[in-house]
Amino acid sequence: MTKLLEWISVTSAVLAVWCSLVGGYVKHKFIDENMNFILVSPIIFVILFGLYAVTVVLYRTFTFNNCEEAAIQLKAEILEAKKDLHDKGLRW
Amino acid sequence: MATTALDSEITQSDKYSILLPTYNERENLPIIIWLIIKYLDNSCYDYEVIIIDDGSPDGTLEVAKQLQKLYGSNKILLRPREKKLGLGTAYIHGMQHATGNFIIIMDSDLSHHPQFIPKFIELQKKHDYDLVSGTRYKDGGGVYGWDFKRKLISRGANFITQLLLRPNASDLTGSFRLYKKDILQKLIDSCVSKGYVFQMEMIIRARQLDYTIGEVPITFVDRVYGESKLGGSEILQFAKALLYLFATT
Repeated sequence: MTKLLEWISVTSAVLAVWCSLVGGYVKHKFIDENMNFILVSPIIFVILFGLYAVTVVLYRTFTFNNCEEAAIQLKAEILEAKKDLHDKGLRW
Repeated sequence: MATTALDSEITQSDKYSILLPTYNERENLPIIIWLIIKYLDNSCYDYEVIIIDDGSPDGTLEVAKQLQKLYGSNKILLRPREKKLGLGTAYIHGMQHATGNFIIIMDSDLSHHPQFIPKFIELQKKHDYDLVSGTRYKDGGGVYGWDFKRKLISRGANFITQLLLRPNASDLTGSFRLYKKDILQKLIDSCVSKGYVFQMEMIIRARQLDYTIGEVPITFVDRVYGESKLGGSEILQFAKALLYLFATT
């Protein structure tokens, strides 16, 4: 199964449950009392997920490791390499 | 005892072919070769470097010939091509001439440091992974020379890709990797995309084909010389590849 099909099947399964609740196919006192919440729950879910995504991405952006030391090490090695290769007669 | 002797024999026969596709890397090529020699001669692995130059007008090949003379033609192999023909075909071309049973691919612009190659090899040996990928996104890994915008795009793209494709690997667009030779051959055969998204497709196909993947954190020092590129067309290419893989794998 492709990832697209996985997404479609999970989404339609969840939506089917939601529709049956909203459409009144399932009768229960609890459902009736919380109908307003059930109606807007997909929107709430999308907003919460969006907030989660933005938080994670921003957090990872700010904590993205700046390899200062690696850059310093590389620059030193480049100088060393140039000198060594020059001594060995390489011209470029 | 017999098993130990056999094991060490197998270990000794392992050989690593490093493929270096180049295009206008006259400045960087001697440095990267020098670094490879430095870090791999310290370890006792058997290796060769295959330079695949795509007819660089800046004379990269001429420098490569000097390096071959300096370090020996058993260690430095030159397999140039007439003109720029793309990364995927460069790997196929290089592999045809590779005598190792493992292939290491890396960029020759010094963003991939050869000091990580022995770590790739050790991790592969320890778990017998089909491929080992360098990652900038895990503990100890990172980038140098990226501004906030570049980091944000990178992290955002990575998040979306992880969400949609669940690839079992944290760095999809990186191209510093070690493959078993036959695995790389099969992966290249099953890939359709061109350009840099080719790297992403390779690792997604690896997941699809149930190959085992190991990861080594790497530091990525972006372009000590020259300009790094991330424009609108790269982002568009990435988005297209992502949707294509989402719908087909």
